[in-house]
Amino acid sequence: MAVLNEEQEMLRDMAREWTRNEHPVGAWRKVRDAGQPFDADAWGEMGEMGWAGIIIPEEHGGTDFGWLSLGLVIEELGKSLAASPLVPSALAASAIVLGGSDEQKAEYLPRLATGELIGTLAFDEGPRHTGLKVSTSVHDGRLTGTKAFVHEASRAGLFIVLAQDGVYLVEKGKGISLSKRAMVDMRDHAEIDFNDAPAQKLAAGGDDLAQKILDRARVLTAAEMLGMCQAVFDTTLDYLKQRVQFNQVLSSFQALQHRMADLFTELEMARSAVEGGLQAIDSGFAVSEAAALAKARANDALHLISREGVQLHGGIGMTDEYDVGFFLKRARVLEAAWGSSSHLRDRYAAMKGY
Amino acid sequence: MASAAEADAQNNAGPSDLDAFREEVREFLAANFPPELRGKSNILSSVEEAGEEGPAEKAWRLAMGEKGWGTPTWPKEYGGGGLTRKQARALEEEMAKVGAWNPIGGMGVMMLGPTLLEFASEEQKHEHIPPICKGEIRWCQGYSEPNAGSDLANLQTMAEDKGDHYLVNGQKTWTSGGQWADKCFCLVRTSRADKHKGISFLLIDMHAPGVEVKPIKMISGMSPFCETFFTDVQVPKENLVGEEGQGWTIGKKLLQHERTNLSGGGALAALNAQPLHKVAERYIGLDESGKLADAELRVRIADFEMRWNAFLLTARRAMEESKAQGGVSEISSILKKAGTKLGQERAELMIEIMGYRGLGWEGEGFEQKELDGTRAWLFGKATTIYGGSTEIQNNIIAKRILGMLDHQ
Repeated sequence: MAVLNEEQEMLRDMAREWTRNEHPVGAWRKVRDAGQPFDADAWGEMGEMGWAGIIIPEEHGGTDFGWLSLGLVIEELGKSLAASPLVPSALAASAIVLGGSDEQKAEYLPRLATGELIGTLAFDEGPRHTGLKVSTSVHDGRLTGTKAFVHEASRAGLFIVLAQDGVYLVEKGKGISLSKRAMVDMRDHAEIDFNDAPAQKLAAGGDDLAQKILDRARVLTAAEMLGMCQAVFDTTLDYLKQRVQFNQVLSSFQALQHRMADLFTELEMARSAVEGGLQAIDSGFAVSEAAALAKARANDALHLISREGVQLHGGIGMTDEYDVGFFLKRARVLEAAWGSSSHLRDRYAAMKGY
Repeated sequence: MASAAEADAQNNAGPSDLDAFREEVREFLAANFPPELRGKSNILSSVEEAGEEGPAEKAWRLAMGEKGWGTPTWPKEYGGGGLTRKQARALEEEMAKVGAWNPIGGMGVMMLGPTLLEFASEEQKHEHIPPICKGEIRWCQGYSEPNAGSDLANLQTMAEDKGDHYLVNGQKTWTSGGQWADKCFCLVRTSRADKHKGISFLLIDMHAPGVEVKPIKMISGMSPFCETFFTDVQVPKENLVGEEGQGWTIGKKLLQHERTNLSGGGALAALNAQPLHKVAERYIGLDESGKLADAELRVRIADFEMRWNAFLLTARRAMEESKAQGGVSEISSILKKAGTKLGQERAELMIEIMGYRGLGWEGEGFEQKELDGTRAWLFGKATTIYGGSTEIQNNIIAKRILGMLDHQ
């Protein structure tokens, strides 16, 4: 864990208390069993606690606590698989902070900060993230194109859309139709058709605005994945300490001890990379590299830990009754988000000039 | 170290004090660092033979030793610099600016000194620490024995109480730099009654009668390790550190310093080396799209470099956490295992990148760098074995950090 200041510690403790007491994985289970893809009550509480405004400047209704602070909260939410739109909505807000005009900021940021308005990114156009090449286009302020697998789509009131000539704001309404995409994590995903939808350009962010938003998406997603790594690791360790076979607890077997030591090592290296990514955004130094690193390490660590978590639980790890399967399924969705490890390794090499 | 933490608390040097200190350092460097030594660090590593110390090197070592700045945060009364951590960092930065390097090092600095500061008597501290601070004495480590490797507590070298001295008999092995060392910090058995509580921590003069050292030739062709034989060696009683039977506790504490340094040392070595992808650019070349011409190796190099950076971030985090907590951070436990594994991966990738030129043994047809790389690759196999093998590290992580039970 990075060394935190007092404000960050308070925020982290608050998030930790809330997820532990008010919103454990069981809360998501209830939402899922009720056939809902998200938890509306929980989002209301998060809004009241100010989490939606952590990276929004104070003049626009946020607290401006920074990315490390936001990452700490997201990590805690990842531990309990909280079905909230906090990640995509914070990313939408950051797109406006980075690239919005004064009018756009004044119009959208205060409502995003309270959670009253939910935003999300609509960048990718296929099942695999392939960078910034898209066919969506804008003519006379009207945006047309199809965006695939958009996270937290059905409740979003604001879409940050990548088009050929830049990044646009599109409000929910005319010219937009959603088709639900039910994936293994049972969350709120959809394909979105934009057909001459009214769009405003985020014109102030410079040529690399889309890249900056993507970098932030990678790091924040990695923070959620880090929380999931930690939760699966902790649950698995706990299980090994309780399960008795051959008259011994499983945790006394060296073959399992060494595997857990390996997982612990991967987990801690991923933590360093993710915290490094959050700190890089706060400091503005070498953000793209740090972001690729954070997401790739989180991808690989969570992939390994979620597989081993199921295996080490044995048969009950495959039952719907146990939580570890939820993590496995959500893990793969997030691994695919904003760049698989192979995409990120290729990107990292290219950034380094080889 | 406790002393530095205390000093930090007492002397919370403000920016202006620090500026004054920096000025002092700059003046000292201008007056004492011989410009011809710029960037030519030849600090004596424990596994290399001491090179000839030229007059400039000697003058520089003496000057730094006099100030105690080679061991900047150690207490002044024992010859250390007595600096706060902030000052030590400033010293490091100012030295880096002019290409100056720390001429004081080795096992005395890395391992023994911190241990003596914690466990030794006043007399012992005054006798043994100042020569370490001045770089006058080379220490070696007498831990492993032929039948006490990973099961270190099984050691059998006996120190028999003869009233005013101990009579030491036994054999140590893998004594790094034993053939060049002046003294040895040793784990010996003072009692056979209890495996762990029968172990004591003893300082032995390597030049004493009855000490014999035989270098061991390794697969790298080098002999960085020795077998050390003790035959009726008389060791004064005052060379016992701590109490009789406290050796296991002291010895384990010392290993923590060793592990921190082993992983850190590996990291430093690779920092100074060229990035892998630069080496690959030279041996493999880029294709017309600007990518390494071997697509598969390119991806593996990127993967390695990313994991390596995650390791460096982890090492930094361990340091910051330890500082903030005032104790060793939990994640320090993974540094040795992770750092040494990555170091070996790097060496293997280098060979793959260079092809046959990465496998030269000696002579014509190879650059010196390539030959050095071969030897480093082979020597590097030691890193996951010594200082507590990777398997032992896994046991430690599982038991102490993860709270898993003793294995059967």
